[in-house]
Amino acid sequence: MAEPILETQALSKEFGGLVAVDQVSLRFAAGTVHAVIGPNGAGKTTLINLLSGELRPSSGRIHFQGREITGAPSNRIARLGIGRSYQKTNIFPEFSCLQNCWIGAQARLPTSMRFFRAARRYDAVAERAERALALCELAHRKDVPAAEISYGEQRQLEIGMMLATEPTLLLLDEPLAGMGNDESARVIELLRRLALDHSLILIEHDLDAVFAIAEAITVMVNGEVLETGPPSQIRTSAAVRESYIGEGDAA
Amino acid sequence: MSAGSGTLRQSRAIAGLLGLAVLGFAIFPWLGGEYYIDLLIKVMILGIFAMSLDLLIGYTGLISFGHAAFFGLTGYVLVMVTPEAGSISVWLALPACLIAAALVAVVIGWMSIRTSGIYFIMLTLALAQMLYYFFNDSTRYGGSDGTFIASRPSVSIGSLRLLDLSDRITLYYVVLASLVGTFVLLLVLLRAPFGQVIQAIRANEARTRALGFAVQNYKLASFVIAGALAGFAGFLEATHTGIISPAHLSWHESGMVMIMVILGGMGTLYGAVLGAFILVFLQEFLQDMTEHWQLAMGLVIIVVVLVLPKGVAGMIKRLESTLGNRHKARVSAVEAGDG
Amino acid sequence: MDLTAFLIQVLNGVQYGFLLFLVASGLTLIFGIMGIINLAHGAFFMIGAYLAYSLTALVGNFFIAVVVGLFAMVAIGYLIERFAISFLYRRDHLYQVLLTYGLILVFNELQKIIWGTDFHSVPVPALLAGSVPLGSTQSYPIYRFFISLVCLAIAAGMYLVIARTRLGMMIRAGAWDREVVQTLGINIGRLFAIVFSLGAALAAFAGMIGAPVSSVYPGMGDQVLIISFVVVVIGGIGSVKGAFIGAMLIGLGDTFGKVLVPNLASFVVYALMAAVLLWRPQGLFGRGT
Repeated sequence: MAEPILETQALSKEFGGLVAVDQVSLRFAAGTVHAVIGPNGAGKTTLINLLSGELRPSSGRIHFQGREITGAPSNRIARLGIGRSYQKTNIFPEFSCLQNCWIGAQARLPTSMRFFRAARRYDAVAERAERALALCELAHRKDVPAAEISYGEQRQLEIGMMLATEPTLLLLDEPLAGMGNDESARVIELLRRLALDHSLILIEHDLDAVFAIAEAITVMVNGEVLETGPPSQIRTSAAVRESYIGEGDAA
Repeated sequence: MSAGSGTLRQSRAIAGLLGLAVLGFAIFPWLGGEYYIDLLIKVMILGIFAMSLDLLIGYTGLISFGHAAFFGLTGYVLVMVTPEAGSISVWLALPACLIAAALVAVVIGWMSIRTSGIYFIMLTLALAQMLYYFFNDSTRYGGSDGTFIASRPSVSIGSLRLLDLSDRITLYYVVLASLVGTFVLLLVLLRAPFGQVIQAIRANEARTRALGFAVQNYKLASFVIAGALAGFAGFLEATHTGIISPAHLSWHESGMVMIMVILGGMGTLYGAVLGAFILVFLQEFLQDMTEHWQLAMGLVIIVVVLVLPKGVAGMIKRLESTLGNRHKARVSAVEAGDG
Repeated sequence: MDLTAFLIQVLNGVQYGFLLFLVASGLTLIFGIMGIINLAHGAFFMIGAYLAYSLTALVGNFFIAVVVGLFAMVAIGYLIERFAISFLYRRDHLYQVLLTYGLILVFNELQKIIWGTDFHSVPVPALLAGSVPLGSTQSYPIYRFFISLVCLAIAAGMYLVIARTRLGMMIRAGAWDREVVQTLGINIGRLFAIVFSLGAALAAFAGMIGAPVSSVYPGMGDQVLIISFVVVVIGGIGSVKGAFIGAMLIGLGDTFGKVLVPNLASFVVYALMAAVLLWRPQGLFGRGT
């Protein structure tokens, strides 16, 4: 692999006596869609929380584009170009859809400690926000309060907020959570489009979607990496089937 | 921050009402007597104090229960800089007060903002109490009795005297201008990128951080701005009454200003001033009726919390939108029916 | 300061600490389990003191007065929980602060209406009057020993209840995670009513047994309240152990502070709190919500 965009070395996280992530060493290639799958409790969300800086590792290292980012807080990680969307919708419900994207777009300014000029006069920010909104296909809901849009639209907004910060690497935690077929198809299309010029790390339970768009898949069980490889390899791996897929469809 | 139809109409209506209110305040001295002019000065000063707290509670989501620390502190700073004979220039006194308030706010804010939730509330309360006892127990400035300032700050350029702050009418208009100025300043801050961030912090702090903001810095900046504005209100208060007392730093003062913000409607700025107005006049009314007016005040507070959590401004907004909806329904019924 | 004087201050500090512990433990449990900031907690302390005053005068016997007062206080606490506090459960901290602040105003004024603004005192019961000699020149009041012993017994009893009984288990679970307790099917309403009433009773009890050594006066609840906050913040919200250690720390700190640096006495308490929080923002044993 050419220089990976993100790499972890023996990354671990313990809570009291519980080891949630156990010596995980992974390399994520730039420009690919790399899915992380596994049964509930496998440590996938903890892993993403470690990568996004919301949790500090107990041990191990993380490198992004060759630079070490281990232990960096979530705001610094976001500024470096890593964006994160959440499994449980994490928007600003009272704000309009455009406002939701505005905050992320504004984060791209060197600083927001600006006290006098009205925010809406910052054209670059406005452009970024509108572009993010258009990318997640919610431009027509621009002035509607986010609490009033449908669940599926909120999941789209969830991604849009992240896109407004113009990240290079996207960490997506179950973007399809709770969606019906039509909505899922729309988001999968969105992810395919994003994959053209971003790197994606994707946690998902919807295996059809995973096998449709992932170029690399890592299977995690009990906090450890079981296997990593292209979809064809994972699909036919006996070990994987035994420990995970064999236990029934996780959708 | 909410969008939707009717908001523009609402804001225009509110702006109109506010303009009328300012006009009303401006012409009042021609109509009212000394006692009520003093009362309105008190209302306006408390309005500035309450708006500064609204910045914290209503817009940043920081529940500070020690805001009176800054309100009372600047009174003492004014005493410290006012000479026994002659007077201190306002160009020196006011910046001294504001800087003192801001510095103390940096210290208290830095310590408190490391915590959150209940801890933050209690820490701000306790630190304000520390300051209260510092002045209450000290012998230098009158202890629990407080003290007086020997003279009001002088407002002059060279030898040309611009304003006489000991003249009630002059002070009234200075305070009115300060009130409007504070309101405009806060509005500008809230519309600026800074204001967007702090409102996002209140709406969803974790997400705001995850989007790339050093949230603690913005909270601290908000805390310091609010503290300086509260200090400004304290400066005006000391200039108005001439009396400096540790009571201005007490947690009862912090509690009352919080009530004002909630009563008027937090997160609206003008609600804070409305709350100050209602509370001051309510207190006047109750004090006239009974010596046990605090009992009635306590009951009012309880009722407001249970029944009117969004305050009077919230009540007005609800009324407006029900009327607006009824109007819309009528319009669409007409359009449908007459087809 | 010679050894005897030092010992006396230690005893005073410990005794004060014990009383603070009674008040603060109720406060921290109410915070931790019910998620309620109860500013009116100091009022319970005050009510206890005034009940001790009135009931002792009425009945003639301090101990009977305390027992009757305790029953009364549990009932009062229960009523307040049902008719005021229960409306705050799912509300923001801000509204809890304001509503309980309103309660303080109401209680303070009711106290003035019922008992007036004079300072009162409660006589030390004859059985416990007198002092124990300490060293060659000093002596220490028996009653103060009594206070400490009773509080120690209560602290031990609380430990047993919390560590060994079902109620205690629910309390520990609730302090750890309120929602977990609800999903376990425990009657949350009843648990809250019990916790609140017990907390109120503890605070009132402290007021009652503390009354003979300090005056009974308007506003005495306010002072205790703020100090109890400091204790709870130092000890960590929801932790009775933390409340104990915090109470001792403050009790001793305040007592020695008044003797060593009388002009800065109140300052010492807050300085202690600031120091602890700088080191551990969630308190000594707190979870950090």
